[in-house]
Amino acid sequence: MKRVLQVMAVVFGTLSAAPAVGEDLVVDLSGTMVPITTGFVGSDLLLFGATEGAGDVVVVVRGTQGDERVRHKGKTAGIWINRDEMIFNGVPGFYSVAASRPLDEVLIAAEQFDNQIGSANLRLTARDPARARIEVEAFREALIRNKQRRGLYRTNVGKVLFIDNRLFRTSIHFPANVPVGTYVVDIYLAQGGRVISNKTTLLEVRKFGFEARVFDLAHRHSLIYGLLAILIAVVAGWFAGVVARER
Amino acid sequence: MQIYLPIAEMSVNIFVILGMGGVVGFLSGLFGVGGGFLMTPLLFFIGVPAPVAVATEANQIVASSVSGVLAHWRRGNVDFKMGLVLVAGGALGSTLGVWLFTFLRGIGHIDVVIRLAYVAFLSIIGALMLAESIRAILRRKSRTPLKRHHHYWVHGLPFKVRFRRSRLYISVLLPIALGFLAGILAAIMGVGGGFLMVPAMIYLLGMPTVMVVGTSLFQIIFVTANVTVLQAVNNQTVDVVLAMLLLVGAVFGAQLGARASSRLQGEHLRSLLALVVLSVCAKLAYDLIVVPVDLYSLGGVVGSP
Repeated sequence: MKRVLQVMAVVFGTLSAAPAVGEDLVVDLSGTMVPITTGFVGSDLLLFGATEGAGDVVVVVRGTQGDERVRHKGKTAGIWINRDEMIFNGVPGFYSVAASRPLDEVLIAAEQFDNQIGSANLRLTARDPARARIEVEAFREALIRNKQRRGLYRTNVGKVLFIDNRLFRTSIHFPANVPVGTYVVDIYLAQGGRVISNKTTLLEVRKFGFEARVFDLAHRHSLIYGLLAILIAVVAGWFAGVVARER
Repeated sequence: MQIYLPIAEMSVNIFVILGMGGVVGFLSGLFGVGGGFLMTPLLFFIGVPAPVAVATEANQIVASSVSGVLAHWRRGNVDFKMGLVLVAGGALGSTLGVWLFTFLRGIGHIDVVIRLAYVAFLSIIGALMLAESIRAILRRKSRTPLKRHHHYWVHGLPFKVRFRRSRLYISVLLPIALGFLAGILAAIMGVGGGFLMVPAMIYLLGMPTVMVVGTSLFQIIFVTANVTVLQAVNNQTVDVVLAMLLLVGAVFGAQLGARASSRLQGEHLRSLLALVVLSVCAKLAYDLIVVPVDLYSLGGVVGSP
């Protein structure tokens, strides 16, 4: 906490030192990288900043977008098997929102919709345009629900804390199963229900060290990976057999 | 202590994995079974995706079979000629099996097929084990001699070959077919298939019991190695970190199990193992029948069309 305040003091200091030319929103992250290493159990990043003048702050974090498949089970001969599926375009792998006050008090519905703030406003479109609207809606809700269950989409709106009228901070939590990629962090300054200013900053979630090398090898040179896996297994098995004999 | 598995992409407690390896290793040391058919469902239960569990277990079985075959090899209890014939069938079966696996994964049915295969096989093995151990307990009391059945129709098949080590003169078609079947099981279920091969080699092929385990292990090494490579290439589902952790636990467990087996009463333990197998089977069956928490599930990221 002490360190955080120190960092913020620096930001604040530079802010007042450098003449801000219409700069009404300044933000920074405690780190621009979330490294996934051997002992990774999740991680938190601190986002802090300052505003020029009054207003509320909303922070939206979006993981890399991809096309994702959602499956629907039905009962066949007594067991549950996948019967139907739908592919959605532009699904962020991670999504979280934080705000300094309840979202509906900060922004009017149209602004939330336009800026895709809140998981209900995410523009997830079904790849197949021929599907009935009601079906698409059920699949879309299921997609968000499943992401929430995995802890990848935040169910509630996080807190952005104002220290005084200008300084704010919030912490972004990344669970252990967070997908890798480039993340977009959008910070909105709102007044009277409207966005009056916004800033975007990027951060990177990456596998590091041994984990990264294993994953890369498995995906880029899968034949070599497979052969190595066997080699390791044979050597380990042989070693175990020899050890077992000597004991 | 948590460790991040690079292919399963999840964080697990390292002691849980070592412990699972140890327990299954102990059982395999105690009973002389492979243990793959117990380890893979346990991996499902802790949340490892079924395709990763199956492919990784195949990789681990390569290691455990290598260490297992050494002891049999030293005593000259491996029929290499028979082993190679089985491998020929196994190579075909496992290649077809991985192809089938990849296809089923693509259409979203791999999980249910793996689980159904487990329910089917575990219920059969469990029931047979239980029946046999109860019979053995009764037999010990009444002291009736053991009878061995011979299937003589086997000797009518063409392409006969002499297997000196096993003192057999039989058609190669049957061992090829057996190896083929074991290969498919290895690919879809991540098991060595010893539970099927050992009785089949004794009763169908008529091999001497002393040669059976070593030869079966020899065959399993190549079949699971083939599965490992093909799964790695087609599905990228082999997690070497998980496989090696399981192996470490299994090696220690197997040592303890082998020692304990000389002191404990076989039949009663065997009936206990049968009950373990049946309860794992019951849990898998229950999960298939009970209404899922969510009827919808995520099928993963897909490439652009």
